Amino acid sequence: MATPNPEFYKEIAENGGAGVTMCFQCGTCTAGCPSSKETAYKTRKAMRMAQLGLKDELLNSDDIWQCTTCYTCEERCPRGVPIVDTVVAIRNIAVKNGKMYDAHKKTATNLVKYGHTVAINDDVKAQRAKLGLPEVPPTLLADDAALADFKKIISKVGFDKLVE
Amino acid sequence: MAKYAFFLGCIAPLRYPGIEKSTRVVAEALGLELVDLEGAGCCPAPGVIRSFDRTTWIASAARNLALAEKQGLDIVTICNGCYGSLFDAAHELHEDPELLKSVNEILAEVGLEYKGTTKVRHFAEVLYNEVGIENIKAKITKPLEYQVAAFYGCHFLKPSKIKEIDDPENPHILDDLIEATGAKSMPRQKKTLCCGSGGGVKAGFPNVAKAFTKTNLENIQASGAQYIIDVCPFCHLQFDTAQADLGFSIPVLHLSQLYGIAMGMDAAELGLSAHKVPVTL
Repeated sequence: MATPNPEFYKEIAENGGAGVTMCFQCGTCTAGCPSSKETAYKTRKAMRMAQLGLKDELLNSDDIWQCTTCYTCEERCPRGVPIVDTVVAIRNIAVKNGKMYDAHKKTATNLVKYGHTVAINDDVKAQRAKLGLPEVPPTLLADDAALADFKKIISKVGFDKLVE
Repeated sequence: MAKYAFFLGCIAPLRYPGIEKSTRVVAEALGLELVDLEGAGCCPAPGVIRSFDRTTWIASAARNLALAEKQGLDIVTICNGCYGSLFDAAHELHEDPELLKSVNEILAEVGLEYKGTTKVRHFAEVLYNEVGIENIKAKITKPLEYQVAAFYGCHFLKPSKIKEIDDPENPHILDDLIEATGAKSMPRQKKTLCCGSGGGVKAGFPNVAKAFTKTNLENIQASGAQYIIDVCPFCHLQFDTAQADLGFSIPVLHLSQLYGIAMGMDAAELGLSAHKVPVTL
């Protein structure tokens, strides 16, 4: 049987999900959630599990990763629960516990390497040139010092280690 | 002439450069000066990077906000993801001095400081609120007779308590912007349903994302719309790349591209060759 763990709730609160205590389980969130129609993710259930601190149940399931962060739940919540922040808090804790999907690791690794979530390639360079745009956009891709700065920040916050 | 720091993000410049190009052309025609935010990086993507590590997310976003602040300019974005990320990060930093202080300790590593003065704007909202529908109409040289679907996406309007742009459940501003070109925005069911790609779902669970997209495409098809008009390169990417598998072929245009057409831009300048779903005008 699942055991409530108040310490895990505290961890969720520290990661931005403190407001989940406001939830009184009306289910308006699940009723409007497009993911709840397609997957096993049920917003109301996830909020209750967060209140009770059901760590293993939350972290060892795909459910919490099925939210597209569309905010429909939050817009309709009669208690003003920061539902998306709570989902994000649980996801942050999952990642700290080593749970990260390979596809997500790829996106995160792109950010660490390029400062963008997708890589530039020859095809897009050619398209840009054809449109009269610089081949490389004027972001940190075109500025080595800016990319170096970005990487310093990534290293300072330890994101490079987190996604290794 | 209103002047903004132009935040490019990732998907527009690196996958659909026609969106970037048409934004530059349309902005100039409407009297908006876009200054490149040189050295900016990823916003970073709110659904994925914020989900992985909030500190990384807010520090990287603060770097972008600080670069704009150094130029004394507000940011304009053409992407709901960038808008969501930068707007939400700015809101948190402006409301929470302790958070701002801790983020500045990270930025100090690269000699930057964010004082908390950058406003973050979405291009569509700037068009509506700063340029205005009547001024836009005056610049339309090629009125359009298309029937189209207005696709708002999520992070353009939500969370509405901080964005305060339009009613998130029954919005009208994109419809109004579309109809300024002469095109008709067709009513349809579930108009504000997410495209499915946010929150890391496109990467992690592509079939779940496609299920959302399919419902949207069915409703768009039933409405009689000939084109999907978005204000987000990530929704654009999802609609453009998922349709072949789902058995649909409704061309996808960013609002900037629609405006480019209505302002007489040459088709070759719209970057339509990058689109998977063929676009015939």
